[in-house]
Amino acid sequence: MAFLELNGITKRFGATLALDNVSFKVERGSVHALVGENGSGKSTLMKIIAGALDADSGTITLDGKPFNPKNPLDARESGIAMIHQELSLCPDLNVAENILLGLEQSRGGFIDRKTSEHRAHEALTQLGYPDLDVTTPVRKLPIAVRQVVEIARAVALGSKVVILDEPTSSLTQADVERLFAVIEKLREDGHAVIYISHFLEEITRICDDLTVLRDGVYIGSAMVSQVTTDDIVTMMVGRNIQALYPHSDRKPGETVLELKNLETLKGHATLSLHRGEVVGVAGLNGSGRSELLRSIFGLDAVKSGQVKVGLVEGYRPPASRWAEGVGMLSEDRKLEGLALSMPIADNILLTKLPKVIAQRQHLAEGRVWMEKMGVKAQGPAQPVGELSGGNQQKVAIGRLLHHGVDVLLLDEPTRGIDVGSKEQIYQLIDRLAMEGKAILMVSSYLPELQGMCDRIAVMHKGELGEARPTKDLSAEDIMREAAGV
Amino acid sequence: MKRINFGAIANILGLLAAWLLIIGVFALLLKMQNKVGFFSLDNLETILRQSAPVCLAALGMTLVIITAGIDLSVGSVVALVTVAIAWCLNKGYSPWISLAAGLVAGAVSGFLNGLLITRLKVGPFIVTLATMLIARGAAKGLANEQKIDAPISWLNDLLAVLPQSEKWKIFPYGVWLTFALAILTSWLLTRTRFGRHTVAVGSNENAARLCGVPVDRVKLLVYTLMGLMAGFAGLMVFARLSVGDPTTSQGFELSVIAAVVIGGASLSGGSGSILGAILGALIMATINSGCSQLGLSNWVQEIITGIIIVVSVMLDRIRVKRAS
Repeated sequence: MAFLELNGITKRFGATLALDNVSFKVERGSVHALVGENGSGKSTLMKIIAGALDADSGTITLDGKPFNPKNPLDARESGIAMIHQELSLCPDLNVAENILLGLEQSRGGFIDRKTSEHRAHEALTQLGYPDLDVTTPVRKLPIAVRQVVEIARAVALGSKVVILDEPTSSLTQADVERLFAVIEKLREDGHAVIYISHFLEEITRICDDLTVLRDGVYIGSAMVSQVTTDDIVTMMVGRNIQALYPHSDRKPGETVLELKNLETLKGHATLSLHRGEVVGVAGLNGSGRSELLRSIFGLDAVKSGQVKVGLVEGYRPPASRWAEGVGMLSEDRKLEGLALSMPIADNILLTKLPKVIAQRQHLAEGRVWMEKMGVKAQGPAQPVGELSGGNQQKVAIGRLLHHGVDVLLLDEPTRGIDVGSKEQIYQLIDRLAMEGKAILMVSSYLPELQGMCDRIAVMHKGELGEARPTKDLSAEDIMREAAGV
Repeated sequence: MKRINFGAIANILGLLAAWLLIIGVFALLLKMQNKVGFFSLDNLETILRQSAPVCLAALGMTLVIITAGIDLSVGSVVALVTVAIAWCLNKGYSPWISLAAGLVAGAVSGFLNGLLITRLKVGPFIVTLATMLIARGAAKGLANEQKIDAPISWLNDLLAVLPQSEKWKIFPYGVWLTFALAILTSWLLTRTRFGRHTVAVGSNENAARLCGVPVDRVKLLVYTLMGLMAGFAGLMVFARLSVGDPTTSQGFELSVIAAVVIGGASLSGGSGSILGAILGALIMATINSGCSQLGLSNWVQEIITGIIIVVSVMLDRIRVKRAS
């Protein structure tokens, strides 16, 4: 019997069957990938393991004994640790305080700082981070290190099962490598690791086994060494994605955006963007890629240099940029991209509202755009916050199309969304380029840039390199340039 | 599309039901004391007259709270407005001019709030805490720390009980004015670009900025409207007191905020409704009226109102949870 074993798990939410007779098992000392598109039931399954939800039927055994966590705390005490996409650390507490939150060593009511720090240090050492200063406030750490702190918390807790939910979605390639090293350590120490990710390359690299879910149905499990990524994709979507990255025969036209030694908050950039082309910006996280887009769009200050949109020259606020036909997609849908409590219609139409709104017409127009973008929702008045990540992203991009912009600044257009939605967004980008729009796209996912872009420029410490034809650049070239070696 | 409308309607229906329930309970309790007439048009008129100032200020406060802001200076501005009106009347200006002076005083206070909030980038809580003191001080200064008596004019009839000969008007002009302004504000909020921008700023200020919404201008206008509505509220308070009183309406802002919150607005911004806020104000006025007719002391009213606020927020949580 496997260490953690789920058999015949079924879960309904009202009329929808979220999980239909799903089985899943994971051994100690192994990494098991859970794969499936958004909405396939991965999160529901993990919530059941982590005690946040109850299964309607089915059995769970942990270490050979029946396991029915009453609540998340109960599951945590039984050795299940869940590391969420959005990390749950207190930024103002230091590393040690975060790792031992809830497990504080106290002596007569006072926290025994020495012992706490020692234990935190131990947990970090176990993960290969003996040099991390445990007294640093978490606020000061980059996101990749915060993640390690979160995993260290699981280790300090004595967790045996560690669930990683999309751990790499906001990491750069180099950070991903470091995370993989941490996962290796967890495996060596005999943890059972459950790894949820949209990135199949990662799964084939780090995982031993995988289980695929589709629409709440258990499709199958396999040893990673015995399947190809194509097999996995076929299992996930039930069809073969042959051209994940559509790339029509594009013909670049006139220059629409020109940067001449533009000085952003992080560095400098020179670039010209033409109609009918997709230009990618590669680089490590924090290298200043987003700042570049933000400076062009007027969200961040510009220190010096030139920005020229069409015939207009100068630094302009976002409202003017929209008027000039430039639109920007934020990398963070929740914090900047969308007004989550507002209806879909309002989010799409917000940049171009009439002074007086005729509600019926407003919703009808929202519905038209919803359908054009293939947003799955109850209707245009549904709050955007209730949609899945992929549908939210389609709403955010729909705003640019509704506005009718010529220049699209896309910051991580496919971050955290399912394969199906990604495919739709790739096709959309290709179609827009064919229609003569100019697209400047930032992405941390190299295959995506290589698949979609005509030219790629690499950002290193704020300095943007020359944009070169994609076919002249290998993934290794880009990585080397991004890392500055 | 159906669901969200249903949610908003459910909120209003819930408030209406709660209001009717409260009226029913008081009518029943009063009946046991052999007092009748709680469930009557006359009593409704009394409640509407009493709640007019809170309702008016709540119109502005709803907009402010939707932008995730707050205005603590409302009570002080109301006092300043009563003093301004009385001062003008005393100087021999016509009621119209005095009224206009009061409204301008309110609007200017609101504009200054907005200006400080958007220019200094300081939170509205702190800014309006400061202007609460400043406006109160200005009112006291202008009035020489005394009540200003003013000659009787038609302004005093705005919220007065209608004489028998004018019963055809149903309600005094002040109540009709409140209705009209409520409809206008509701239209502004739900059917104009400015209204959508207001919600967008409160729902996600960053997203609003990304979309080119003039965030500062929206806030400035919202606080100015808040001030203008405080001006109308001050006008009503003056009509009732018939003097300019620099010490009136202390703690008034809290009643106004309570009305808006009972009405279903979220202090974190992005949601709120004018009709809800009006119903919130009416519920509070009904409790006051019912308690005083029952002969219950002020402290009982305060406890009941407090409980109503907690219960309404709790119910709203449940409603939102159900919806998602």
